[in-house]
Amino acid sequence: MSTTSLPRSLPSATPAAVAAVGADMFATAVADQAVPVERVDWTPPMDGTADDLATVAADPLRRDANALAVSRMLDVQAMLVGVAPASELLGLEKGQFLHAGPPIEWARTSGPLRGALMGAAAFEGLVEDPEDAAALFASGTEVSLEPCHHRSAVGPMAGVVSPSMWMFVLEDPATGRRTYCSLNEGLGKVLRYGAYGPEVLERLRWMRDLLGPLLGEAVAAAGPVDATAILGQMLQMGDEAHNRNRAGTLMLLRDIAPSLVRASRSSEEVAEAFAFMGGNDHFFLNVAMPACKLALDAARDVPGSTMVVAMARNGTDFGIQVSGTGDQWFTGPAQLADGLFLGDYGPDDANPDIGDSAITETAGIGGFAMAAAPAIVRFVGGTVPDALATSRRMREITISENNRWPIPVLDFAGAATGIDVSSVCRTGILPQINTGMAGKVAGVGQVGAGLVTPPASIFPAALAELARRTRDRA
Amino acid sequence: MTVEHVEIRPGAYADSVALLQVSRDVAATPGVTAAQVAMATELNVEVLQGMGFTLPAASPNDMVVAVRLDDESALPAALAAVDAALAAARKGSSGGEVTAPPRTTGSALRRAGGDLALVSVPGASALVEAMDALDAGVDVMIFSDNVPVEQELAMKRIARDRGLLVMGPDCGTAVVGGVGLGFANTVSPGSVGIVAASGTGCQQILALLDAAGVGVAAALGVGGRDLSAAIGGISTTTALDRLDADPSVEQVVVVSKPPAAEVAAAVEKYAAGLTTPVRFALLGAGQPDLTTQVEALLGDLGVAVPAWPTWGTPAVRSASGGTALRGLFVGGTLCDEAMLLAAETLGPIRSNIPLSPELALDSSLLEPGHLMIDFGDDGLTRGRAHPMIDPTLRLEHLAKVAADPETAVIVMDVVLGHGAEDDPAAGLAPAIAAARAIRDVPVVVACVGTSADPQGLARQAEALAAAGAEVHLSNAAATRRAIALATGGAR
Repeated sequence: MSTTSLPRSLPSATPAAVAAVGADMFATAVADQAVPVERVDWTPPMDGTADDLATVAADPLRRDANALAVSRMLDVQAMLVGVAPASELLGLEKGQFLHAGPPIEWARTSGPLRGALMGAAAFEGLVEDPEDAAALFASGTEVSLEPCHHRSAVGPMAGVVSPSMWMFVLEDPATGRRTYCSLNEGLGKVLRYGAYGPEVLERLRWMRDLLGPLLGEAVAAAGPVDATAILGQMLQMGDEAHNRNRAGTLMLLRDIAPSLVRASRSSEEVAEAFAFMGGNDHFFLNVAMPACKLALDAARDVPGSTMVVAMARNGTDFGIQVSGTGDQWFTGPAQLADGLFLGDYGPDDANPDIGDSAITETAGIGGFAMAAAPAIVRFVGGTVPDALATSRRMREITISENNRWPIPVLDFAGAATGIDVSSVCRTGILPQINTGMAGKVAGVGQVGAGLVTPPASIFPAALAELARRTRDRA
Repeated sequence: MTVEHVEIRPGAYADSVALLQVSRDVAATPGVTAAQVAMATELNVEVLQGMGFTLPAASPNDMVVAVRLDDESALPAALAAVDAALAAARKGSSGGEVTAPPRTTGSALRRAGGDLALVSVPGASALVEAMDALDAGVDVMIFSDNVPVEQELAMKRIARDRGLLVMGPDCGTAVVGGVGLGFANTVSPGSVGIVAASGTGCQQILALLDAAGVGVAAALGVGGRDLSAAIGGISTTTALDRLDADPSVEQVVVVSKPPAAEVAAAVEKYAAGLTTPVRFALLGAGQPDLTTQVEALLGDLGVAVPAWPTWGTPAVRSASGGTALRGLFVGGTLCDEAMLLAAETLGPIRSNIPLSPELALDSSLLEPGHLMIDFGDDGLTRGRAHPMIDPTLRLEHLAKVAADPETAVIVMDVVLGHGAEDDPAAGLAPAIAAARAIRDVPVVVACVGTSADPQGLARQAEALAAAGAEVHLSNAAATRRAIALATGGAR
């Protein structure tokens, strides 16, 4: 019967301000007595979630678990420490392929993922002609598929990684943990968009033989590059680090340029590498993504935490993983993006959402930091106020904000960070993702870019598992 | 015949995203079958060639306008569309930016830095919103009905562990720092602290203290179930601690609907260890009524007990007889108190909130014998507002009860203060007059309020008196008068 804590405030003191949710008459009565009232625009939660929401909200672990998960994430400093082949870094062997998104078997793969796998099989010499690879994957005997996320890696779009591909290595110096991502190929007809023509394979070979080794040498010589800090600066320079990586690419080049010039390559080869990286506004995306994953992985496996630690799509399924539910994926159908199309392409040509790049939104940038990159909002014919509203709206579903990643136009408010499964179910606000669109037919490549959200159903599914675990603990 | 038009605009620039939008707008122009406006980068040149356009030499700093037309006549419209779309892309939006309101209690507290949350969402969602407040380290008051008791227990336990207070659920009254929350009366600052597991019970005490010239430091509503065995007085204990620690509080009174005996005993024991004296006004059979408790409290404070106000002329029995007492209440505790008092004299009283289960009243709300109805009970507020806000149902029933020849006397309550309807007498006074026109049945009203209440105590009481009611500030006094009027003919 006794209370151990001290009383917090004096009942005879007038409240400084009151938050009111529900019937407006109560708020009005308080406002009439000259006390400032902040009214909540409340709507009923997603269908069927009320009981699970209450169970999870009352979980004695939840509040501190979420605080711990977010603080672990925010404490991570992601340093680019190396560039090396996947075979070396991940122990990836011939016939082993990584892909974006949650696990999937060949029979259910979408066009762009098929195209990328077929191209990668040819690149690895498993087949002469990429077209022959389909039978190889269908048989499943000499090849295996595994999500990048299961190997501490992420991959944009199809996200296909094969043993000979070179990868960025990001490391958290405090813990020594690492994450990985392949090198960005540029735009247009590229493997990650499902293209596998001769020019695609030619570029991959050049990246393997020249770009990768050169970058490996330059990064080793330059010393670790602080990707977390570059991400913070990018937000001050008009990038949101998912669909716009222009400033980030230039800053990376600035940091490693002296070492590139000094590398043991001909000036012609170095110039080629400069032209390639400088000509690809998305080159830094493949550093931003593993930097985000490195931070988010620190938030994994905190019992009771409702924080989303990964959002990823394989072109068929959209999956999320949540801190409090271990490695379990909650999946639903990947959605079609709403956006603008290249050339003659239209909505009928687009594949559903694909790629691990939604790790950027999971970390609070990309679509969440739209306000930092107003140009991106035009992908859906939107406006600058839309961008500001989106970034503010995302704060309604996150646990915290990231003060290392401030958004200038929002008065330097930190990027909305730590998507809370409960808040999504309560508000019905879905995470906003900026994305490229791949053609749905294998081999086509990019057809556009736009905005997309996860399928709503995966959040109640994750919530139900969180509630189940809460009840089991009680 | 299809016509192609390709032009290079050297030095013109727009970003690629804007140009995608421009291309889409131009392609939608009548007569245009395909359009691409783009900077002549290597990638875009490839795209244009893929679309079948033949391009002259151009640098990446040149803009290419390429359109395919049904025939030559469509060209001027197409080029006008290009210029319009490029102009629109440069101009941007004229739309103003509006900050959307917060969607959760947590967000609202983050934005406004509040130190209290008021929750009145449907009961199934109340805990979730309340937890936002507890997570933010602030107290919460819950007005929601139908909060599951196990959820009430869960959040009160968490609040206790964090030194926070959950007020409510289902007890819509508090005064914090002079601010009335929910259904609360306007009172002067003073030295009395109230812990209330009863909303209208709290309001009766506020009204009587105000009439005695005694001010109130704070009233903390802790929820109608707080002193039940299930909840165990968690919020009552926290509220006692808060009041005990507040130097402006010299005397505490705890008011509750009939509590669980063991919980009441434990809370009384806890209160005995506090510095500030605590008086318990717990309703129950054989226990003093609230007015008697307030009189004792005034004794504690050394304040003389005033003559409790009444308005109107004393009611008299109807010439048409009748033997039954009929109570029509909006306040659950006031209904409880009236039943406890009347049962001592009149015996069993049927009710929708009966003192014992066998006395339950059916849904007609009109059976032979003594009846007391709480129109504020959950069973009668489904799909409609509380009768303190919407009096329709009670006014309808008043006419039925008055017309019943068995009715000897009608006793009612009127509760004033924040949250209650703006002018209850405006509806009730004519209804009383109309009822008395059917039969000259006496109507006794307990009008619970203070002179500073928005509706004005005297104004309301006088209007009811003018309609023929005998009006008391004390619910116990009103009930005693009604009992006397009911038994006057039976004896």
